[in-house]
Amino acid sequence: MTTSLALADPIGVLTHPFAQHALLAGTAVAAAAGLVGYLLVLRAQVFTADALSHVAFTGALAALAIGLDARLGLFALTVLVALGMGALGHRARPDDVIIGGVFAWILGLGTFFLTVYTTTRSAGNGAAGVTVLFGSIFGLDAARADVTAVIAAAVCAAVLVIARPLLFASLDQAVAAARGVPVRLLGYAFLTLAAVTTAEATQVTGALLILGLLAAPGGAAARLTARPLRAMGLSAGIAVASVWIGLTASYAVPALPPSFAILTVATLGYLGAIIATRTRRRKVKFRLRHS
Amino acid sequence: MTTPTFTWNLIADLRDMWSLPFMVNAFRAGTIVAVLAAIIGWYMVLRRQSFAGHTLAVVGFPGAAAAIWLGLGAILGYFACCLAAALVIAALPSGARRGYREESAVIGAVQAYALAAGLLFIALYKGFLNGTSALLFGSFLGITTRQVTTLAVVTTVVLAVVAGIGRPLLFASIDPDIAAAHGVPTRDLGAAFLVMLAATAAEVGQITGALLVFALLVLPPATAQLITVRPGPSMAVSVVLAAATVWVALFVAYYSPYPLGFWLTSIAFGAYVATAGIAALNGWRRRRPQPVGARA
Repeated sequence: MTTSLALADPIGVLTHPFAQHALLAGTAVAAAAGLVGYLLVLRAQVFTADALSHVAFTGALAALAIGLDARLGLFALTVLVALGMGALGHRARPDDVIIGGVFAWILGLGTFFLTVYTTTRSAGNGAAGVTVLFGSIFGLDAARADVTAVIAAAVCAAVLVIARPLLFASLDQAVAAARGVPVRLLGYAFLTLAAVTTAEATQVTGALLILGLLAAPGGAAARLTARPLRAMGLSAGIAVASVWIGLTASYAVPALPPSFAILTVATLGYLGAIIATRTRRRKVKFRLRHS
Repeated sequence: MTTPTFTWNLIADLRDMWSLPFMVNAFRAGTIVAVLAAIIGWYMVLRRQSFAGHTLAVVGFPGAAAAIWLGLGAILGYFACCLAAALVIAALPSGARRGYREESAVIGAVQAYALAAGLLFIALYKGFLNGTSALLFGSFLGITTRQVTTLAVVTTVVLAVVAGIGRPLLFASIDPDIAAAHGVPTRDLGAAFLVMLAATAAEVGQITGALLVFALLVLPPATAQLITVRPGPSMAVSVVLAAATVWVALFVAYYSPYPLGFWLTSIAFGAYVATAGIAALNGWRRRRPQPVGARA
């Protein structure tokens, strides 16, 4: 019944409050993830974001186990770990092994809190961990959706403010440092923004799936254009479009989990970008050879 | 069954534990997996491919979920999916372009999509919620003797391949440019290594769960590389550390209410932090920067 309704009247989606909340929060988070994601790809720091998303999982479960609001633990732990990994790395760029080690341990800690939560809280259930991991975008209420949108908008604004020096520092660290750009400070600021984005997105796509919204649009944009500011816009656009199309598809076909639908669109976008740029490059090569 | 009580007589404790067939299988499987993870992980840490390793491990989750949904065994799902993902990562663009490495974006996209697909399979196969935790975080209680045999066979095959290509792989990992100039097929070796990493991740994942494979793949080898930089001894240290971690973790987990994954990661991480602390202290004493662990 829902299916026929949605197909007959796609605008009708917006009459449901839960869909409005999902769309508001999803759009804001996607825009932030797109902007941050392109920079992550450019700085080859996608692995850091991956680790942070798992930290967010542990943070949320720890807060649940202790009995606080999940969001408090989420933000506190994610930002702290991001800064800690940056401090251990070189010029606020965490090293591969450090990320891996911290990451593995934090996940182990997550299972610990999951056990504590499910065994000590009578209201707790085994599904809590799965919800944190995979998100429940259609379950957001108005207040949470508003807060999510405001935080995501703040992240977007902050990224745009530091975009120029950050791009310079990302593309050529040594020259940027020589020109007096505070490379290390920018690195920490960027890590904080990435942490806030992943923590925020955990509520929308879940801790495990935010990586897709960060990596796929960023990677696609980096392939499609070499101009950084345009690529940032493109990345945010692809991410937002993925969320819209994914949410609509998931609304139309209830069997599809929304997170899966969103990530499918984003991944297909990246795959399309790879194929498009490959054929374009082959054409250029062909023309060069035959001119 | 009464809850086991811990005594300080460790031998008696072990004997008590091993009177249960599933604990014997857990120790056997854990040891096999630890040896393989320690050696493949050693190369992985050397090649700075932790992200790929983590992704291959995670990819086992949708594989297992799909296999269970289709009524096939989880083992088949783990191996099929991990090997397929390794080939995808090896085939997709990776080289340095325009001053950044695209590999991380590709790996990230593969990983996130694989997890999303796992979520879909779980949604399709309803009433699977408890199984989800086991797939993600592992369970050492249900290991059958047949599973142990499979693990042993795969470990033997992978280790035989490592013995065959170990030397050129080491060369290609330490200095890919010079190795390529000497005629070492670095690209093929890289692809072969990804496939072996996938087989390892699929194996370890069955014991530790898809999310915690990392504890055995990264931490013991990283610790070993802090202790010594000579390849042979370093690999040996890595194997010993990994096996010891698994044994201690199984021992503690048997007596505590908390999951194996927590103990496994905590013990491995504790060993790493302690070693890194000692190494840093030594380096500080000698008043020169530590070369180990610095970004190349």
